[in-house]
Amino acid sequence: MSGLADAAIVGAYEHPTRWAPNETQFQLHAESARGALDDAGLSIRDVDGLLSSGLSPIGIMALAEHLNLQPRFHDSTNIGGSTFVAQVLHAAAAIAAGLCNVALITYGSKASSDRFAVGTGGLSGGDPPDQFEAPFGPTVMNSYALVAQRHMHEFGTTPEQLAEVAVTMRRHAGLNPHARYREPITIDDVLASRLVSSPLHLLDCCVITDGGGAVVVARRDRARDGRKPTVRILGGAESLRHTAMGRRDLTEVAAAQSGPLAMQMAGIKHADVDMCMIYDSFTITVVATLESLGFCGRGEGGPFVSGGRIGLGGELPINTDGGGLSSNHPGMRGIFLVIEAVRQLRGECGKRQVEDCDVALCHGTGGMLGLRHSGATLILGKGD
Amino acid sequence: MAELGKSAVPKPRVDEESKGFWEACGRGELYVQECGDCGALRHYPRALCPECLSADVRWRRCSGRGRVYTFTVVHQNQAPGFRDKLPYVLAYVELEGEGLRLLTNIVRCKPTEVRIGMDVEVVFDEIGSGIALAMFAPVD
Ligand SMILES: [Zn+2]
Repeated sequence: MSGLADAAIVGAYEHPTRWAPNETQFQLHAESARGALDDAGLSIRDVDGLLSSGLSPIGIMALAEHLNLQPRFHDSTNIGGSTFVAQVLHAAAAIAAGLCNVALITYGSKASSDRFAVGTGGLSGGDPPDQFEAPFGPTVMNSYALVAQRHMHEFGTTPEQLAEVAVTMRRHAGLNPHARYREPITIDDVLASRLVSSPLHLLDCCVITDGGGAVVVARRDRARDGRKPTVRILGGAESLRHTAMGRRDLTEVAAAQSGPLAMQMAGIKHADVDMCMIYDSFTITVVATLESLGFCGRGEGGPFVSGGRIGLGGELPINTDGGGLSSNHPGMRGIFLVIEAVRQLRGECGKRQVEDCDVALCHGTGGMLGLRHSGATLILGKGD
Repeated sequence: MAELGKSAVPKPRVDEESKGFWEACGRGELYVQECGDCGALRHYPRALCPECLSADVRWRRCSGRGRVYTFTVVHQNQAPGFRDKLPYVLAYVELEGEGLRLLTNIVRCKPTEVRIGMDVEVVFDEIGSGIALAMFAPVD
């Protein structure tokens, strides 16, 4: 058992909003914090660790001010959408090291009402590699398309197989009253939607919404004060992938490093995993991630996601909330992977509950898949 | 046919580590770097070899021929310099000989004609201020 076992997830809350033109970003953080602390049976005064992301470069201080917190541990890592998955690990490590006892992780975004171009904005960071890329027009969306095209070429993955991921997520969204889109779609609907960046169609891409969420990670002895079952942190790991001096194999993604490390730490095998939350920024993200995590062999992701395997009732249900493809995607979706996994492990999911859910694996992907991206794997287990 | 680079695409921010590369592009030559100590090839250029941290940089001129490693025909990008050029082809080209992959555009053909594995060669697209971008076009 890893040192992370000293900590547990004791509270989780997903803000129900998908469109919040009349609220501020920090208000979404605060409302999410209130929800997660209520869920944990803790007070804002118990919080001594604050983690967040998607803020201005030193915005963690402004967020602490807004919540009037004086945390003794804080972290505003930004590795894109996977950040909040990684921050559960950072919080657990900080607790294990005695740096804090109750860590609050918050997220809030008005990506939709502020009309922020999440997927089709260009590079803006001004980092050294950007000068060799930005003049050619890369975007988040087309960086994933580069991987999808190569995957189809190398392994014979089909647009229909990619589409099945979107169709499955929409089916799950139909069981989630808060999901942004709930009407069923078919493979033909996905293929008939316009090409945004070949081979990806509009319905291969996640939605853009507003949203917020929060998670509370605490020492296990604090956790026992909570009113709900705790969720154990069994293992986790992170990774970064980049162009590797010009030699990167695009179809292997960051999960190939973090997945095996996380599973080794947790002491589990693939067959032990009851459900997965896989960051579904695009349909190809799910296919490539499942392969790199080792749920199927290299190149077998297309057949793997077919035939209902990743749907509720299938062998490995994925994204039971409807995912980024149908439920919500305010720009950095990682926190929702953790929240839905917690709800599944606590048996709170009603019609979309995975039976006998004891182990859930979350994998976040952030950044631009075909240029630079991050991966964070988190394995959670049903607690006491 | 989409021809790129004639209007306001983002200009590369040339720096001390990269100016040798960009000056060569301005002359119509494509270079990658080779470590003088361990021999590792690299793109993009940088002052120290990531393999061994040697500062012994050698420039290696490329033939400019290569193959399309992957590509996408981009139909949506509202950024200045690109929104009026849709659809355009973003691609990685793997350089013959060096085996290194560069992010680039495939030009001088219809986007629908681009295929993975297609033979291409470098063409330089001048965007002003002595800067030229290494793009690739199909070999006849
Ligand atoms: Zn070297």
